[in-house]
Amino acid sequence: MSLLEVRNLTVQFGPRERPVIAVEGLDLELDAGEVLGLVGESGSGKSVASLALMGLLAPQARVSADVMRYDGRDLQALSARERRALLGREIAMVFQDPHASLDPCFSVGDQLMETLAAHHGGPRAKLREQALDLLRQVEIPDPEARLKAYPHQLSGGMSQRVGIALAIAGNARLLIADEPTTALDVTVQAQIVALLLRLQRERGMGLILISHDLALVSQLAHRVLVLYAGQEMEQGPVPALFEAPRHPYTEALLRALPEHNRGAARLQALPGNVPAADARPAACLFSPRCPHAQARCHAERPALEGPGDARVRCFFPLADAQRHPLGAPA
Amino acid sequence: MSALLEVDALSKHYPLRRGVLAPALTLRALDQVSFRLEAGRTLAVVGESGSGKSTLARQLCFLETPTEGDVRLDGTPLASADRATLKRLRPQVQMVFQNPYASLNPRKRISALLEEPLAINTTLGASGRRSRALAMLERVGLSAEQAQRYPHMFSGGQRQRIAIARALMSSPRVVIADEPVSALDVSVQAQVLNLLMDLQAERELTYVFISHNLAVVEHIADEVLVMYLGHVVEQAERATLFARPRHPYTQALLAATPRLGQPAPANPARGEAPSLLAAQQGCAYAGRCPHAEARCREEVPRLRELEGTRVACHFAERISATASSGTPAR
Amino acid sequence: MPADNLASSAPKLAPDLAPVSPGTAFWRVFSANRGAVAGLVIAVLLIACALFAPSLAPHSPLEQYRDAVLKPPAWMQGSDPRFLLGTDPVGRDLLSRLIFGARLSLGLGLVSVTLSLAFGVLLGLLAGYARGWGDALVMRIADVLIALPALLLAIAVVAVIGPSLVNTMIAVAIVMLPHYVRLTRATVLQEREREYVLASRIAGAGPLRLMFSVILPNCAAPLIVQATLGFSTAILDAAALGFLGLGAQPPAAEWGAMLAGALEFIETAWWVSSLPGLAIFLTVLAFNLLGDGLRDALDPRLRQ
Repeated sequence: MSLLEVRNLTVQFGPRERPVIAVEGLDLELDAGEVLGLVGESGSGKSVASLALMGLLAPQARVSADVMRYDGRDLQALSARERRALLGREIAMVFQDPHASLDPCFSVGDQLMETLAAHHGGPRAKLREQALDLLRQVEIPDPEARLKAYPHQLSGGMSQRVGIALAIAGNARLLIADEPTTALDVTVQAQIVALLLRLQRERGMGLILISHDLALVSQLAHRVLVLYAGQEMEQGPVPALFEAPRHPYTEALLRALPEHNRGAARLQALPGNVPAADARPAACLFSPRCPHAQARCHAERPALEGPGDARVRCFFPLADAQRHPLGAPA
Repeated sequence: MSALLEVDALSKHYPLRRGVLAPALTLRALDQVSFRLEAGRTLAVVGESGSGKSTLARQLCFLETPTEGDVRLDGTPLASADRATLKRLRPQVQMVFQNPYASLNPRKRISALLEEPLAINTTLGASGRRSRALAMLERVGLSAEQAQRYPHMFSGGQRQRIAIARALMSSPRVVIADEPVSALDVSVQAQVLNLLMDLQAERELTYVFISHNLAVVEHIADEVLVMYLGHVVEQAERATLFARPRHPYTQALLAATPRLGQPAPANPARGEAPSLLAAQQGCAYAGRCPHAEARCREEVPRLRELEGTRVACHFAERISATASSGTPAR
Repeated sequence: MPADNLASSAPKLAPDLAPVSPGTAFWRVFSANRGAVAGLVIAVLLIACALFAPSLAPHSPLEQYRDAVLKPPAWMQGSDPRFLLGTDPVGRDLLSRLIFGARLSLGLGLVSVTLSLAFGVLLGLLAGYARGWGDALVMRIADVLIALPALLLAIAVVAVIGPSLVNTMIAVAIVMLPHYVRLTRATVLQEREREYVLASRIAGAGPLRLMFSVILPNCAAPLIVQATLGFSTAILDAAALGFLGLGAQPPAAEWGAMLAGALEFIETAWWVSSLPGLAIFLTVLAFNLLGDGLRDALDPRLRQ
């Protein structure tokens, strides 16, 4: 059953005559229990898209979509109050910087109990028990002591676990994690990844994982959506997308990874920059940097082609013959 | 022949006074770090937060003086050097910082930023400085017209190139790169890494490359130094370390690093690094090490030779050592 | 390696900041604030009055017209067409005295703020950069100065060095000094550990270059705001001193003194004291609005 369905999501900022287009024509589907990886670099619009879903963008953003449905309910038709009721309870978010998403003036226990009170209510003693239980679920050692701790007394990994606890406090069915491990050490990252996987499986949550780290996403996701300059370039199942990418951008990203350049003196770098958000060409957005670009690519924009779970936006998607075997430099 | 850079039992302790009544604590950021680096090679320093790698970087740039031990540049000891010697040697060791948004003076134009090291260290006139600055700017892949712009007008990758250009203006022999690509996107990371390697070959630079990203380290390093809580725990040639890591911490790091196509580790290294303030008895890693025994908690292991590696572990011979070994089940 | 394009990648959530020069970007934000623009306009008019006083004023501010004592302003009955805003108790043209008073007040404000800013920034830089006992000494002195009420302190200084225009400037400068010291020191403490400062240290920059060339430009924004707001405070303080007879001595056309000299006529010839009061009010308001506008336009951008 489809948990989340989004069609043609567009997010714009700035004056209407010269809009800054952060996200354009994005389609997203997620089933319960599924993990979708949203992959892209700076300027891809991945964070803006998730904030738009949550309704968290500042008033100056213009968000429009043909369809934006959570569990069959139209998100755009909800009033502000109904949306707030949905947020945190059914849809929750975990952010990149754990210290920034916790209020430094209140103890961990206070923040957890406040969230629990907002979603479940009940006497204080019961809330405390639930808070302790949450801390245990996110594998925080010595939870009684941690309840009284303030965020600045916790390490990065601990704070992120508290952030996850806050996110699941309302028994969310859809969790959006925006670069949840980027600010953490590698060993802690592995622990948080294992925790997210376990929680997701136990609770049957849908998880949207936003990251620039392709390897991390390959470990967690069932399906991956690759964004570039606000548009979807490719979507496909893991591991097929990483083993046989069809869009030149996906392939270029993979080829630039150090682990695919073992033994080579130089990395196969993708030249150039992402086009600025207020100066996007009418042609294929990737064409200025694409090593396989042809005349048509510089003239028109391709549409998404392909079945629901394996789409690509390219006039000339890569066939096996063109793909350089990953690991061997071009 | 002495190496270009020699570090000898380098220690840096920070005393922390906690008021009149509480006893003073010592923050042992670096403890007995030693290594030799030959000219033209790249030493990668790997570690997570609290490992002391940033403190080491500051020591190598003579921003701070050591508590014990010494740093020798081309045979000249630095801790006891007089001001004139330091002034002469300073241009030979330069640094590239991690955060491209904080390492360039926001109130200065790029040309002024690049000319500053020349103004300080050479007697070149204004036009001489200008032409050298522009030449360096072009060498790192930017154009001369951009010299009059301010840092905030550039992307992260471009700023990092400017930072590299600035570091090279004083014609250094050693460049300390403190996580230079960690804040960059994958495709930009590849460009900047290529730039760094090209420059090294062109100018016979010696790099101390600090990173927590083992994939990048595997590509760029000749030799690897692994640090934990201020101590060196393992040191080896790159190929040796990645083929056969000896120290349990190195093994945990490698297991925790996400790799495309490999599943997440089922039992990631548990716990987190203890505080640098805690009194250390025995091996710093004992609290998290799955192989720890009584001796580990009592006796600090010394760095010793073991089949081409230097490792600080009492039981390094026993511990099975393949690159992808996870920690055994608890 | 191909030359990169200019311009950052897509914005996060503040897309108004296209890559323009700092000056253009500043003007965009500033001009959107109508109060600030109004303040700027009035301030420019006042500065014009001060600069071109001899050409603008219809009469000399000191000449007494014995036949036209306490004449009311032009829109009231019994006025004299020669004197648009009326005359004071000894027959001097009020309009001319106000215009020349602008010269005194604004000049006073400028000199005081400049003195205060120069010494305050210098002390703040030294204290913030050097730390140690020098820092503690400077800050304790600043604390004492701030603890004393501004006006009383000014009066005390003038009482010691004698009442005159120049001494008013010095007194007002001393009163404002600790604020600049504190502000500069706070910014220096914040900036000195930043990586761009470390980079300059590694390049070999000595303390002087670090303080003045590297760190000081980054303190500019809060200082500019404080200086503009301080300007209006300086004018007010100077007017207060003038009112008490401790500032510019008669017959100088100083607004505060003009206020004081006509209190007895407040019911019969209200214009003699109200108009100087209005002038003070307008000036302070204009520079306050200007300072607020500057703060809005400068601060958040420089915090990046």
